[in-house]
Amino acid sequence: MVRTEELTFDYERLDEEGKVESKKRAVDHVSLHIRPGKFIAILGHNGSGKSTLAKHINAILTPTEGTLWVDGMDTKDEQKLWDIRQDAGMVFQNPDNQIIGTVVEEDVGFGPENLGVPTDEIWTRVEESLSAVGMLKYRHHSPNKLSGGQKQRVAIAGVMAMHPRCIVLDEPTAMLDPNGRKSVIRTAQKLNREEGITIILITHYMEEVVEADHVFVMDDGRLVMQGSPREVFSQVEALKRLRLDVPQATLLAFELQKRGLPLPDGILSNEELVDELCQLKSKM
Amino acid sequence: MSIKVKDVNYIYAEGTAYEIHALKDINLEIPDGQFVGLIGHTGSGKSTLVQHLNGLVKATSGRIYFNGRDIYGENFSMKDLRSQVGLVFQYPEHQLFEIDVLSDVCFGPKNLGCSQEEAEKKAREALRMVGMGEEYEKRSPFDLSGGQKRRVAIAGVLAMDPQVLILDEPTAGLDPKGRDEILDQIGLLQRERGITVVLVSHSMEDVARYVDRIIVMNHGEVRFDGTPREVFRHYRELEEIGLAAPQMTYLMQGLKEKGADVDTDATTIEEAADAIVQWLKSKQE
Amino acid sequence: MIRDITLGQYYPAKSTIHKLDPRVKLVTTIVFIISLFVAKGVVGYAIASLFLAMVIRMSRVPFSYMTKGLKAIIMILMLTVLFNLFLIDGDFVLWRFGFLRITDKGLKTAVFMAVRLIYLILGSSIMTLTTTPNDLTDGLEKLLGPLKKLHVPVHEIAMMMSIALRFIPILLEETDKIMKAQIARGADFETGNLLQKAKAMVPLLVPLFISAFRRANDLAMAMEARCYHGGDGRTKMKPLHYESRDRIAYAVVWGYFLLMAAAGWAASFYAVMWL
Repeated sequence: MVRTEELTFDYERLDEEGKVESKKRAVDHVSLHIRPGKFIAILGHNGSGKSTLAKHINAILTPTEGTLWVDGMDTKDEQKLWDIRQDAGMVFQNPDNQIIGTVVEEDVGFGPENLGVPTDEIWTRVEESLSAVGMLKYRHHSPNKLSGGQKQRVAIAGVMAMHPRCIVLDEPTAMLDPNGRKSVIRTAQKLNREEGITIILITHYMEEVVEADHVFVMDDGRLVMQGSPREVFSQVEALKRLRLDVPQATLLAFELQKRGLPLPDGILSNEELVDELCQLKSKM
Repeated sequence: MSIKVKDVNYIYAEGTAYEIHALKDINLEIPDGQFVGLIGHTGSGKSTLVQHLNGLVKATSGRIYFNGRDIYGENFSMKDLRSQVGLVFQYPEHQLFEIDVLSDVCFGPKNLGCSQEEAEKKAREALRMVGMGEEYEKRSPFDLSGGQKRRVAIAGVLAMDPQVLILDEPTAGLDPKGRDEILDQIGLLQRERGITVVLVSHSMEDVARYVDRIIVMNHGEVRFDGTPREVFRHYRELEEIGLAAPQMTYLMQGLKEKGADVDTDATTIEEAADAIVQWLKSKQE
Repeated sequence: MIRDITLGQYYPAKSTIHKLDPRVKLVTTIVFIISLFVAKGVVGYAIASLFLAMVIRMSRVPFSYMTKGLKAIIMILMLTVLFNLFLIDGDFVLWRFGFLRITDKGLKTAVFMAVRLIYLILGSSIMTLTTTPNDLTDGLEKLLGPLKKLHVPVHEIAMMMSIALRFIPILLEETDKIMKAQIARGADFETGNLLQKAKAMVPLLVPLFISAFRRANDLAMAMEARCYHGGDGRTKMKPLHYESRDRIAYAVVWGYFLLMAAAGWAASFYAVMWL
């Protein structure tokens, strides 16, 4: 679905005469491979380069060095630009700044309109996408009257209506309250499971990552860790050094290990920890 | 020294189709030096309540006393109140406007009538309190990282020497380390300078870890008010109003359901670890 | 205060006026405004009043809701009336106090001016209250379509209008928030002379501009990510086409305009002041 080879990107800062004053490397030789239909999470602290990487998948940015392919299409190929953006949709952090329409359904129709989809089909797509994210009954509402979580679901519907194979969510929950966060993540999981859409979730909330198929961890523009959530979260101290965290259950298990309890690494959920503790008790 | 809220009601856009009864009969007393967590879902009235505490919004009815004096009284100066009760809004970095960090932090003290020298002294002190060194003073606030901007903005309020510091979701959008750093610094301030802190937060884990007392708001009313342990005991009722308890509460309840005789009041990782170790030991005897 | 401005707000209801093609409503509004300036004498204003009353009734927007929009312009209205009332010379002086006097012509102009202003606001309010901003910009885009041949960026203008309409409430809310945040830092937006007040606006305006630019940047990125590339090759979710009710509406509007023109002509022909 998405493949990168030695992807590198420098932000350039120009001085008043338009010459390059300084460069900052945001993504540093990243090579990764994301298979279709997977739920992928990219973790990293603020400024680790994860958002810059995300913007490459949608061809908003193109690599300074190296290559990124979306479904075999090189993002540097300008002829393929609109195909790439249709294929890999993107949802951004700020819910207010990505909704264009003044009515929910008109916003969802914006993408298909740009693609030149015939009017009748736009209506079908809008209805399908709004019901897929559970927002159909709000179709005539003004986006300004919705909660943050609802706005983000409308944004997801807007991408869905373009019939992408992959959706990149760039910190979609950073500005939401816990309930809004849950509803957005559940929607993403549902689309992944039921519609087979590849999800690439960029976040720094650990609980959102637990159910992912594969996790990439970025630091200083580089890919520093990857694996299943269990593999990644068993490295509690390494993650802390990367300004990250682990789920609460993992943290408690780690604390108990430090106090000498023989618990296995990589416990992710409360249920797992409760089971392990009960087993431990019965052995005593 | 305390804040006392008595029978406060606030009705927004009274008499129009948009009328909302945002606060209903609020009665509270916040003593000096307390670390208070204010929780409630979006629209529960918590932001409206904190804006009452420094006079930005005037109650429709009821009284608010600051150090025993009625803030709606005739001779009461709102400017004084605002210097004593500092309010840090959500995403405070959006209010930065000066050409350099130091001048921005000076804005508050200068508004209070401090001389340039005095203001700079207070600003420097405030910047140190949030962990921003001298090297940042002359930099443009817009060149800083998100977390640094946030600290500068908080320093902008601290420089006014408030007795009470109210923070509306100070960690929103920060990464885990950034969240811990800000909260640790606020905790330190509260202990060392003895100021009162009111923390509005969505994170039950943060609230459980730092505060002495939790106030839960729902539909403009105070629903619970007590220590974290007391409040999170009502985790089922909290869920009903769209909130939750910290993960640790659920874990301890899970253990209890499996027949373990553990202290289910634990709300932080340390408390939970203590309780579990104690339970495992007691079994051995 | 800001909440009182109904101009530019949409009032959802199911009425014939709501259902009309936005182009009809745009043309009608322009015709109505022109007719107010053509109108001379009582007859003309009576016809305009009848027409306006009919449209308001058909729109099913509560009249009280519409008059709320007038509150915002009450100061301008009063000023205009007072200027006209006291400063226009006429043939008969009805009342005099020092240099102030009210003449017959002054009274007439003041009354007609007030009516004209009120009708102007009411007329354009009906358009915005019964048409969603998107319909409005669609209608404008289609109406101005022929100008594309003259290289006028019609689609872009319409898109800009619709984005502005979407972001006005967001920026108002933001202004309120930044203002409160600065007041909490001891800023004073109310006292002082004009210069001091202007200076006090800096801590409000700088963050507001920065925020507006940030939003514009984000929005441009979001639009590109959703394959926006100008008006070429775009289809419409809600394409505009005239129905029979729109044709009838056009006929009514032109009929109204002819009547107004005739009334105006008759008034000037007979040159009777109150006709």
